[in-house]
Amino acid sequence: MSYLEYNVKYVPSGARKILYLNWPLILLITAAASAGFLMLYSVAGGSLRPYAWAQMIRFGMGMFAMFVIAMVPIWFWRNISAVAYGISIVLLLVVELFGTVGMGAQRWIDIGFMRLQPSELTKITVVMLLAAYYDWLPVSKTSRPLWVFIPVMLIMIPVALVLKQPDLGTALLLMIGGGAVMFMAGVHWAYFGVVMASGAGLIAAVFNSRGTPWQLIKDYQFRRIDTFLDPSSDPLGAGYHITQSKIALGSGGWTGKGFMQGTQTRLNFLPEKHTDFIFTTLAEEFGFIGGVSLLTIYGLIIVFCIATALSNRDRYASLLTLGIAMTFFLFFAVNMSMVMGLAPVVGVPLPLVSYGGSAMLVLLVAFGLVQSAHVHKQR
Amino acid sequence: MRRSERDTSLSHRRITRRGLIVGGLQVSFIALLAARMRHMQVNQAEEFRLLAEENRIKVRLLPPARGLIMDREGTPIATNEPSYRIVIVPEDAGDVEEVLTRLSQIIELSDDELNRARQEMERTRSAPFLPVTIADRVSWDAISKVAVNAPALPGITPEVGLSRKYPLGGDFAHIVGYVGPVSDYDLSKIEEPDQLLRIPRFQIGKVGVEAKMEDMLRGSAGAKQEEVNAAGRVMRELDRREGIAGANLQLTIDHKLQSYIQARLGSESASAVVIDCETGDILAIASAPSFDPNLFVRGISVSDYSILRDNDHRPLASKTVQDAYPPGSTFKMVTALAGLEAGVITSNDTAYCPGHFEVGGRRFHCWKRGGHGSMDLISSLRHSCDVYYYDLALKVGIEKIAETARKLGLGERFDIPMSAVAEGLTPDKEWKLQARGAEWLIGDTVNASIGQGFVLSTPLQLAVMSARIATGRKIMPRLIKSIDGKPIEPEAGEELGISEDFLRQVRRGMFAVVNNRRGTAYKSRIEDEANRMAGKTGTAQVSNRVVRNDEVPWEERDHALFVNFAPYERPKVAVSVVVEHGGGGSSTAAPIARDITLEALFKGPPPPEAYPSADREKKMEERREIEERLNAKEAEGSTRA
Repeated sequence: MSYLEYNVKYVPSGARKILYLNWPLILLITAAASAGFLMLYSVAGGSLRPYAWAQMIRFGMGMFAMFVIAMVPIWFWRNISAVAYGISIVLLLVVELFGTVGMGAQRWIDIGFMRLQPSELTKITVVMLLAAYYDWLPVSKTSRPLWVFIPVMLIMIPVALVLKQPDLGTALLLMIGGGAVMFMAGVHWAYFGVVMASGAGLIAAVFNSRGTPWQLIKDYQFRRIDTFLDPSSDPLGAGYHITQSKIALGSGGWTGKGFMQGTQTRLNFLPEKHTDFIFTTLAEEFGFIGGVSLLTIYGLIIVFCIATALSNRDRYASLLTLGIAMTFFLFFAVNMSMVMGLAPVVGVPLPLVSYGGSAMLVLLVAFGLVQSAHVHKQR
Repeated sequence: MRRSERDTSLSHRRITRRGLIVGGLQVSFIALLAARMRHMQVNQAEEFRLLAEENRIKVRLLPPARGLIMDREGTPIATNEPSYRIVIVPEDAGDVEEVLTRLSQIIELSDDELNRARQEMERTRSAPFLPVTIADRVSWDAISKVAVNAPALPGITPEVGLSRKYPLGGDFAHIVGYVGPVSDYDLSKIEEPDQLLRIPRFQIGKVGVEAKMEDMLRGSAGAKQEEVNAAGRVMRELDRREGIAGANLQLTIDHKLQSYIQARLGSESASAVVIDCETGDILAIASAPSFDPNLFVRGISVSDYSILRDNDHRPLASKTVQDAYPPGSTFKMVTALAGLEAGVITSNDTAYCPGHFEVGGRRFHCWKRGGHGSMDLISSLRHSCDVYYYDLALKVGIEKIAETARKLGLGERFDIPMSAVAEGLTPDKEWKLQARGAEWLIGDTVNASIGQGFVLSTPLQLAVMSARIATGRKIMPRLIKSIDGKPIEPEAGEELGISEDFLRQVRRGMFAVVNNRRGTAYKSRIEDEANRMAGKTGTAQVSNRVVRNDEVPWEERDHALFVNFAPYERPKVAVSVVVEHGGGGSSTAAPIARDITLEALFKGPPPPEAYPSADREKKMEERREIEERLNAKEAEGSTRA
């Protein structure tokens, strides 16, 4: 739809917009983040510092950004989708060229008050651009090879840059997230069949390349996959994370050991307990009930997003909302699978809960877009 | 542009359908996660609780034994010996200071050691369960005292480990190098370091073979899992996986020859390389003076280190591979072969040497001011006449000379696992343009023809050159004979690409240098008919001057060089010797090279008949002295062990 077509009469304006925000969604987001504050407080040994306080401030800033974005009409965001995409690609190039080298991978730019990871930003801007693309493209052309090829390229450019860093986890997330938007836009089934088949082929190729001069991924990434397949093969290296994570999580039982009573986390058995492995602490201290509660909150966030997306007649708005829901889903699905030993250890944080600025900010910005789509929906 | 209602509703229906499919998948996956969580937290909770709560599992690394290094016959060069150390686990100690005070009353501890331990504990404060070493290499006596007083010393445990020992001391210091505790700097260079390297004071190779073959020698860590109760007492060992010991390396070096050469070079600032002409095996590669690598393993004191560092004979430098010298007249074979190959001369062509040579308005002198007269190929090598080569070089040009030098291995960085292997320099026009930004001058060619000017070669390269001239094959030097008992096949050594005829003429020249009554190294000949050698002397100028060597300070004297191979008819070994500031090649380097050659050919002391009759008595006396020095060193080594 061209924006001339928006019937502004039917869209709330001014301060009335606040009434039309998706308040249940905001509550759910706040609930998830609060669980995060609680766990960060616990991990720091019953102290707001160093994690919880900083996280609350970031959440506050993020929420403010979300409200501001929600107030701006969705057609404005659609119109700048391509620009946002362009900026994120430029930032990816900047980290490639000037990024600080940390842990063998260039991933972030220091912008003073926080470290910005352009790859996080890209997860949203790719979805924005694809939604805008399918909004512009007549439905009849959706499955024509040329018009399928273009969005594939739009996804692969940031994927290639992220792989170069190298950050396999983010690259996969970008591909799956982008692919999901294409799927929901109505691209023919057959394309996805072919991609999955060749994906399987690629995985086979990666494994066969091991030890040869044209090895496709780094040695430590291979080791992580090995460890995932058999954690006991390396109980002190990367397998240590998985083994300890499973022990902590499993020992939580039905109701958990109680707030701040998680022995495994307390005793430093668990590495990165405030970032990627924070779910383990929650599951240890609050047990199955606590874990499922958080999972339910996440599930409801997804459900609310899908509900608002499907009730929206604007193609850009619904695709964007669905795409953001998918990205959010991938975050927690991958993270939880990892701590439960269902997926290899890849650096993906638990959304809204893990300590860290970039991911929190980017997610709240994304939910701001979802809110904007919701507020400016024709009623 | 308005979009048709049909388009909008078609897309809306499609997005709704697909959105519901994706949503359904997402919800199913959430259900799967919940099911998995239930399985772990409800069904398996008991098992995990057991593992977690009362009986925490402690996993401790078992460091593997480092691979041994042996010589070609299996004599140990780098071994492991048990060493005892005392560690403290701050978490278990409670009042750390109190425990340290009590400990220092029981055994002798320096303030230095105590402070280092305190710093280490401060650094690992966030992980008080990590053991920190207080004293390393303590005596058995001290260990038993600690064991007896264990109840008064909570958190203190004696531990036994392996530490590196080099029984042959300095003889292999430059080859094998030494190990030392891993430093933050070492760690910063490694991506995803091995867990082992996180063990405080874990020893890794710092230089030489120890460093270059680190990955093979290190082995991989074992681990033991212990069940520990809340008080930290070990209840039982759950699982133990021994580490995999590092691979044992066998070098191509013959330790007897190596030790002999180190003793023969003595306190000279010198180096010598012996290469097997058939396999390229480096039989000995010695740099003198040397140092005791065991000092570094223990942690060398600042004063010991500054003595080594400030010595003008540079004991720490691995001169055989790391230092490049002007090869001097030993380079003349290269110029000669380039001339023969290019077809600008034959071995019978003569040039007249008046004692100097003029080109481009400059006068280049022959070392013999009076001149050599008419010279052909053989006599020019025998007398080491410079003018013959000045003249030849102008006819051939630098490019051909550089090409021949490269064929013979000069300017090539050989792939052997020693530290700082240098490339040397085989200059040509392009090099000078790039490195110096200047045109190649005709004088540069003249200088290069006798191995002066820009030309730089390492002693290893000179030995390889000698081996390649001797065999006509592309001999590649190698240092590793076998890994874990699996022999590494030597490279066959393809043809050099230089006509055998020309090589034979040059070899004849080299033969004349040593065996002709008027050759520059006649005094250093081998009498034994079956083992006669061919060689070439070289004297590399260090400073421009006319005065004699013994009239200037040591550091301004010329470098003495000698390269040779033997036996002449069927070459077995190729040798190079460089004596820094030794004066002349014929007077200083050649006798050493001859002695080394004989030692290598006879695999031990040669019979007196091998020496010229006039020298026999003196040589036997010298040999006895060296024997005494070797025995003394051996005795010292055994008491130290």
